[in-house]
Amino acid sequence: MAAKPKPKLAVFKFASCDGCQLSLLDCEDELLAVAGEVQIANFLEASREVVKGPYDLTLVEGSITTSHDAERIQQVRKQSRFLVTIGACATAGGIQALRNFKDVREFTSAVYATPEYISTLEASTPISQHVRVDFELRGCPISKGQLVEVLGAFLRGRRPNIPTYSVCLECKRRGTVCVMAAHGTPCLGPVTQAGCGALCPSYLRGCYGCFGPSESPNTASLGGWWQQQLGATRPDLVRAFRTYNAYSAPFRMASDAYEHERT
Amino acid sequence: MSTSARSRTVVVDALARVEGEGGLTVHVRGGKVADVKLRIYEPPRFFEAFLRGRDFREVPDITARICGICPVAYQMSSVHAMEAACGVTVGGPLRTLRRLLYCGEWIESHALHVYMLHAPDFLGYESAIHMAADHAEVVKKALELKKIGNDLLILVGGREIHPINVKVGGFYRVPTRRELAPIVERLKRALDLSLETVRFAASLQFPDFEQDYEFVSLRHPDEYPLNEGRIVSSKGLDIPVSEYEEHFIEEHVPHANALHSFHKGHGAFHVGPLARYSLNFDRLPGVAQEAAKAAGLGTTCRNPFKSIVVRAVELVFACHEALRIIDGYEPPERPAVDVPARDATGHGASEAPRGMLYHRYRIDAKGLVQAAKIVPPTSQNQKTIENDLCHFVPTVLDLAKNELAWKCEQAIRNYDPCISCATHFLKLDLRED
Repeated sequence: MAAKPKPKLAVFKFASCDGCQLSLLDCEDELLAVAGEVQIANFLEASREVVKGPYDLTLVEGSITTSHDAERIQQVRKQSRFLVTIGACATAGGIQALRNFKDVREFTSAVYATPEYISTLEASTPISQHVRVDFELRGCPISKGQLVEVLGAFLRGRRPNIPTYSVCLECKRRGTVCVMAAHGTPCLGPVTQAGCGALCPSYLRGCYGCFGPSESPNTASLGGWWQQQLGATRPDLVRAFRTYNAYSAPFRMASDAYEHERT
Repeated sequence: MSTSARSRTVVVDALARVEGEGGLTVHVRGGKVADVKLRIYEPPRFFEAFLRGRDFREVPDITARICGICPVAYQMSSVHAMEAACGVTVGGPLRTLRRLLYCGEWIESHALHVYMLHAPDFLGYESAIHMAADHAEVVKKALELKKIGNDLLILVGGREIHPINVKVGGFYRVPTRRELAPIVERLKRALDLSLETVRFAASLQFPDFEQDYEFVSLRHPDEYPLNEGRIVSSKGLDIPVSEYEEHFIEEHVPHANALHSFHKGHGAFHVGPLARYSLNFDRLPGVAQEAAKAAGLGTTCRNPFKSIVVRAVELVFACHEALRIIDGYEPPERPAVDVPARDATGHGASEAPRGMLYHRYRIDAKGLVQAAKIVPPTSQNQKTIENDLCHFVPTVLDLAKNELAWKCEQAIRNYDPCISCATHFLKLDLRED
């Protein structure tokens, strides 16, 4: 009897820093085991070999910022049984979505001597705004442990077990003293999704939102606390919500509200 | 051979084993290279534009996101530029800890490039994963070495990709001696693995391809360059970092619509391991110098294919340096010095694994960024990569098309190009004819 063919794994990149797909190569202890379980069919950062689709599981890094990429993601979706987006660029538009709050033409002329050569869309958008996405793995960068969990889950036909609660629960679990309560350090932990292991508070700094909004984030309450207890200004809050997950709906609405003084 | 048979076009649509997205077109007519275009189609991300208006203390975290492979380089060049703007010098154990963090990035990035991205070219494999089928021990040791680099990044920086512990003025929290102790044995192992890497790299076959480059790198009075130094070149340049833009310019190349870096009055130049090594051999520790000599390297190296050997020598340096730093480490009294904002311009340059990375910021009295300029190593090397291909392709024209394309890719990978970095600043829209 012929051996069952290995599932085909593909990795595609859009506008991004390459860090999330590097996370796969950074799984030093698991990489060869993963390579034994799946056929790495398309992973340009690692291999010249390109095996044609369809693919059983496709990981997509990066956001859509050009019309060419808006078409390319449609082709990627057609070739993919499951499509999982990895990282803040793919799930929220990334840091490059800061253009969405400005005039992109002005941005282009600020960086490039001949802006007419630059073809770019007005906005940087998450993959889910263009195609159906089977799962979104958050993080800037993603967590290796969560990546391995997602790979395992899809290869075994179950939903990934990725919590959507806030960073606060991770601080409690690891016994980190609250940096806001104890040190008066502004922290986005109460409205940010867990996944990093509450890293920043363990280094005595406030969370800065790498994993995007947690489930039902109360941004207005946190913003009020920052202003009244910690002396933060509205521009401080606009900048805090406008980083790697700036274009995710809860953070976008919060920064817009503080920018236009609606709260 | 007829003329028509000697006219050919090599097109590599999507370069593999580089960071970011790029392609290559080489036109050959009559046995001569008529045109080489390194196409970069990675979409622009406009960092220099959206940094304006950000608080100067946010910049190291934001610029880290330019590159997932060398985020520490971006953090280091930006903190040095901000501190220069504010007139603050960070010295003592804080400065040393920054070097230690940078060593972690060099180990991780060089191990990745030497074994996972570059070695498969020399041994004829599509990837390190394919290579593992025949060379399992080599790949396992490569992953072990890379992991030790990552673990050093985690220990000092909090995590390996986009570390969270770097700030303008120092760190958020500094490690104790006890916290650093467990990695010492592993770094000793990494040093052994690095020495093995030099021997492995030296055993590969190299084309005879010496080029007359102008090497450009940092140079420090006492140290092999990581964070600081003057900018020097093999053709006599010796300037402070703040004068970079007086000597180096980015120009439009009409046929390519590309921004290429040039040394004014000299032309293309070369940054990266070959440049650092050739300009700073005397600053390498004895163990690295000995390993280089045993590998057959002189005190300069002008064959870009041998960059894999030089990276291996730099792995030896980085492991040795990390061990030296930990051995003499006494924690600073405070994790960071105060850096009050002032209306000023600051410049910073550091040695990313793939070459010198220049930053310049102007900030106002409130600390808000008014202007930013970032010149990554791959932008600086782009013209040199094309020049290499112009000279290299005629030597391999007898190869079949697929083999020729692969050789061209290898010549590009000599530079460990980080296209994700380079293209935050430029976009090539090229006609494929």
